Amino acid sequence: MARHNVTVTVNGEAHTREVDSRLLLVHLIRDELALTGTHIGCDTTHCGACTVLVDGVPTKSCTVLAVQADGAEIGTVEGLAGADGMNALQEGFMQEHGLQCGFCTPGMLMTGTALLAANANPSEAEIREAISGNLCRCTGYVNIVKAVQYAAAKTAADGAGEDN
Amino acid sequence: MAPRTSAKICGMGHSMKRKEDPRFLQGKGNYIDDFTRPGMLWLDIVRSPIAYGKIVNIDTSKALEIDGVLAVLTGKDLEAYNLHWMPTLMSDTQMVLPTDTVMYQAQEVAGVIATSRYAAADGVAAVEVEYEAMTPVMDPFKALEDDAPVLRTDKEGQEDNLIWHWEAGDKEATDKIFDEADVVVREKMHVPRIHVASIETCGCLADFNPVEGHLTVYMTTQAPHAIRTVLALVAGHVGLSEEKIRVVSPDIGGGFGGKVPVYPGYVIAIAASVVLGKPVKWIEDRMENLQADSFARDYHMDAEVAADASGKIRALRIKTLADHGYADAQAAPSKFPAGLFSICTGSYDMENAYAEVDAVYTNKPPGGVAYRCSFRVTEAVHCLERIVDTLAHKVGKDPAQLREENFIPKEAFPYHSPLGWEYDSGDYQAAMDKAKEMIGYDDLRREQAEKRERGELMGIGVCSFTEVLGAGPSKDFDILGIKMFDSAEVRVHPTGKAIARFGTKSQGQGHETTYAQIIAEELGLPAAHVQVEEGDTDTAPYGLGTYASRSTPTAGAAGVMAARQIREKAAKIAAHLLEVGEEDLEWEPGTFSVKGAPDKSVSIQDCAFAAYTNLPEGMEPGMEATNYYDPPNLTFPFGTYICVVDIDRGTGEVSVRRFVAVDDCGNIINPMIVQGQIHGGLTQGLGPALYEEMTYDEDGNNLAGSFMDYLVPTAVETPAWETGHTVTPSPHHPLGAKGVGESATVGAPPAIANAVVDALAHLGVTHMEIPIRPDRVWGVLNARGVAK
Repeated sequence: MARHNVTVTVNGEAHTREVDSRLLLVHLIRDELALTGTHIGCDTTHCGACTVLVDGVPTKSCTVLAVQADGAEIGTVEGLAGADGMNALQEGFMQEHGLQCGFCTPGMLMTGTALLAANANPSEAEIREAISGNLCRCTGYVNIVKAVQYAAAKTAADGAGEDN
Repeated sequence: MAPRTSAKICGMGHSMKRKEDPRFLQGKGNYIDDFTRPGMLWLDIVRSPIAYGKIVNIDTSKALEIDGVLAVLTGKDLEAYNLHWMPTLMSDTQMVLPTDTVMYQAQEVAGVIATSRYAAADGVAAVEVEYEAMTPVMDPFKALEDDAPVLRTDKEGQEDNLIWHWEAGDKEATDKIFDEADVVVREKMHVPRIHVASIETCGCLADFNPVEGHLTVYMTTQAPHAIRTVLALVAGHVGLSEEKIRVVSPDIGGGFGGKVPVYPGYVIAIAASVVLGKPVKWIEDRMENLQADSFARDYHMDAEVAADASGKIRALRIKTLADHGYADAQAAPSKFPAGLFSICTGSYDMENAYAEVDAVYTNKPPGGVAYRCSFRVTEAVHCLERIVDTLAHKVGKDPAQLREENFIPKEAFPYHSPLGWEYDSGDYQAAMDKAKEMIGYDDLRREQAEKRERGELMGIGVCSFTEVLGAGPSKDFDILGIKMFDSAEVRVHPTGKAIARFGTKSQGQGHETTYAQIIAEELGLPAAHVQVEEGDTDTAPYGLGTYASRSTPTAGAAGVMAARQIREKAAKIAAHLLEVGEEDLEWEPGTFSVKGAPDKSVSIQDCAFAAYTNLPEGMEPGMEATNYYDPPNLTFPFGTYICVVDIDRGTGEVSVRRFVAVDDCGNIINPMIVQGQIHGGLTQGLGPALYEEMTYDEDGNNLAGSFMDYLVPTAVETPAWETGHTVTPSPHHPLGAKGVGESATVGAPPAIANAVVDALAHLGVTHMEIPIRPDRVWGVLNARGVAK
């Protein structure tokens, strides 16, 4: 099987690996780079547990080849906040009880991150639409919607504070 | 009820934020696929493409030529160790790997062991299996016909496909009431085969140390202790001894009952690790998970209710056919083959009832698990709550009113049901009143009447369920003979911090938080200072695990009792420190003070320190206690759910516009977590009501084997759930709590189905089978000439 050199920048850190043509991006992230926060829940791009950001776009890494991500900037859950704590969206999930088993959570966080980057104040319908490719079996989604709203409100308030 | 403890202590009633959240939110959870070991090998599984047939030959030669493939295990290989069969939790048997026959599609046929995930998958593709296909038995009714082939020819004395017959109640007395009743209604209904579809699939990492003869299994299991014992019992003959087996259940990405059984994949991985002396990991993919792991439900019920002319229910009669697939591999208490189905008289007082279930074998995967359900309660509640609506329709009464007129009155508790349960407490009318008020029931009925005039289809569905949880009292409840107690061990350290270990295993329920709150409530230590651990059989006390909403009723109660033992010791130490008699002390959470002299006090932390440094003479040092709690009874949570649906006459699509859930789970430990449990349960009730079904064609092909075809609700279909509570404490649980994890899964499907039927009632519709897919609704509308 052909091998390829792939360079990806994950959470700001560049990594080069020689990989098989068929290696999935999610396996590069989990097995080669040991970033196990990104999960695998299905094989058909439906559940979204493997969602990462590829050049800012939420992408299901279980159906993308590592070679397709060559040269890309990749964001995973491990890069959301520094070692000292959690960002507004992570805090929203904790405050609003937007997670239970936690398995879908990293994917939800990455989709939510992309949504808020594109739309700082999404409506409930926009949030539900945005996360409709991320399945959760525990929460019933209500508190995930609230978590995204919490982050939007907190970010807006922090921004207003900085303006003053 | 206002919390008894301060926000700092954070005992019962505080919506404490979850202690487990930061690791999950930062990608630092420890799920099964995150574990690795030096030299670890991978298992992948060859599965049967056909539902029934003979294995003519298995050719592994091409697979073994692949770089990285080390071994292929077949049934014949396991037969050499007598490990090719295993018992189910219901004392049936199932194959680990077949030696000659496959019995369902996706059945495990061989295990490929390789040095990487990818090489193992290559090996699976290269194993060549020649089958001689036979005609499968897919219809459970046909399975019982005289000319049906006997499927379990491996079982001595098995002459047909009947697994067992179960019945409860007085048939003769019930029949007599039916003979003389003013009104009898009947519905045939199917609660279809569904799947828990937890987002994390199942898997394990089996690590056998040949030098020590020690096996560690990291495993997605809801019941690690029971698994350890089962492993010791079934593999003792190959040298696995219980003291040398350690089962570790790490963070679990959703369980819902699907991670209670032992699947063949676990056993193959363990066998491979023992044979090869290397760690072996098995992680199933989504299609394997949906197609081969235990299903839930699949009860075909023929239900009748007898009533007087006013709609007062007199008796209930249900005849059921249960399709168990290839084996009875459900996970129910041993003496309850039909689970707790006899809760089917529900919230209503009646003279008598009779229920029977026949279980049959077919060529479908074995099961079925109690999916977020205390063993067949979901089926029972769906059946009753649907047919009560049929009765209301028949006697011309509003379905809420008919329920109210039949409720067991609150003064009748403890209530003895006709099928033998002693309901601990209840106030059904209070939950109904609150639900009606929250949703604006009377206004909705007016709106519905107006819309009906305009030809719009809107329905209101009511469900007033009674659950039965917390299995269970040891006189009745065991699994493979092991009594269904549960346990807690609490140790308070010298500095007043504690570790508490339990025999259960959280899969998202938040035990690290709620159990800490329970200890905080009893000891007055801040919950933040109580570390909770579960899931490691080397350290946690023995327990039967988490399912059937049993954690709070059993292990939670054990935690209370252990903490109270510690408090009793602390009181003696406090008396010693304050130089007074124990009888002179008063307890406020966290503090002992002298009666009449409140400034003379010591904290629980002071007592903890003294337990290691300054003991009363003769007292044993240390501050810890262990309790194994055998509950005196089950708990009986209840609630009323009301749902509003709109139906699109053009497409037949049902939209849930509003859903109010009023639950009574007794005293509440953490309101935030309870609400989260209700939200999740409702969504797992919405799925089977409208979308989810595991279907097969007549050749035995699974038609819903991936998330492309098995439709679980997304955020778009799921409504904004509205929740409320009434509080009727359990009189026998030490905290008055009842458990809550499953109520909503049980109560939601009939509420939604009742709403759809209510929307169509004026067209003469009395029943719709779930899932109520658009095509089913459109078919009804079209047949009656009202489809647009």
